[in-house]
Amino acid sequence: MKLTEEEKKTALIITRQILKEFNGNRGNLIPVLQQVQNKLGYVPPVAMEEMAAHFDIPAVDVYGVLTFYNQFRLTPPGKNQVKICMGTACHMRGAHTIQEAWERRLNIKVGETTEDREFSLERVACVGCCTMAPVVVINEQVHGKVTPTRVDGLLFSYQLDKQQTKEGGTE
Amino acid sequence: MEVTITIDGKQIKARKGTMLLWAALDNGIYIPHLCAAREETESPPASCRLCFVEVEGYPAPVTACTLPVAEGMVVNTSSERVNRLVAAGFELIMSNHRLDCKNCPANGNCELQRIAKARKLRLKPKNLPVLHRDLPVDDSAENIVYDPSKCVLCGRCIRACRNHGQSVVGFARRGFERVVTTCGDVPLGESGCDSCGECVKACPVGAMSLKKK
Ligand code: FES
Ligand code: FES
Repeated sequence: MKLTEEEKKTALIITRQILKEFNGNRGNLIPVLQQVQNKLGYVPPVAMEEMAAHFDIPAVDVYGVLTFYNQFRLTPPGKNQVKICMGTACHMRGAHTIQEAWERRLNIKVGETTEDREFSLERVACVGCCTMAPVVVINEQVHGKVTPTRVDGLLFSYQLDKQQTKEGGTE
Repeated sequence: MEVTITIDGKQIKARKGTMLLWAALDNGIYIPHLCAAREETESPPASCRLCFVEVEGYPAPVTACTLPVAEGMVVNTSSERVNRLVAAGFELIMSNHRLDCKNCPANGNCELQRIAKARKLRLKPKNLPVLHRDLPVDDSAENIVYDPSKCVLCGRCIRACRNHGQSVVGFARRGFERVVTTCGDVPLGESGCDSCGECVKACPVGAMSLKKK
């Protein structure tokens, strides 16, 4: 997924702003990553390089910390955020198959965002409705007993929704 | 200051504070090891778990790369407990190492082969299933080929790269997904790597190799 120049610029400005509040102690790296992630929703390469320079560490080390934790994203979240539950119950009920179905359908891997920015894919731990396993949460809506065919259906209904709002908008 | 210690019944002298692993190696006593580096005196990573030895007075085997020598230390480099630990550690490493000795550039000069020979271990795991990560081979750099499926995550190339004044490679991700990679996983050829080849020299296996001319 490509970032626009505009996005890179904002990312740089925001990262610099956040870094101003921290001294060069490398122990501050994680709080900085968290704040950038909170502000932008993700941490792009330009931000990583800026942090590396600030803390005087190799950029690849920032990347190492960032990829170690699940809470950080490398790409901007999509308009629709698909969260696949990987909790114990969902895992036992085939969450992996569901994950594969989403990945195949959207043609992206977990943690990524589709080229058109419509969908992003994430794995989460138990979302608290194990009886409905396997569970997928799209934006705030919970979908239970998901099967690979349901994945197709869900995608279709989101595309339909989108079309309707588009048509509605032109009227 | 020098101290005298006994390893496998042999008396050796070593500088006080040296890690036991180096004292043994310097005196021709082989202890399997992958992740240790001489220059790392502060806190060795001690992540490969292959350098276990038995030391008198210690209730359990200890990693030789983290134990500074002290006067009168009596060490046994293999005991049943040690062998069990080393065998298990080795098998874990081999369970996701792509074994292809015949076509491997490190064949005959591979630390894994050496360990297997020294400790009479099999290269192919017999208790654990083999799980390959099937990561693509990166041959984008001018004269380095990097095959992550052969990497044992010892971290030697990372150190070598940094000692050379570069910081192209590092560790990323976690658990089974852990890899040595560049920032943003860009191919080596686009990472600013100048193909100095230090990582190749440092790699104990065949993960980093020189391109065949
Ligand atoms: S494990 Fe998925 S909802 Fe509990
Ligand atoms: S050399 Fe001691 S743990 Fe790796």
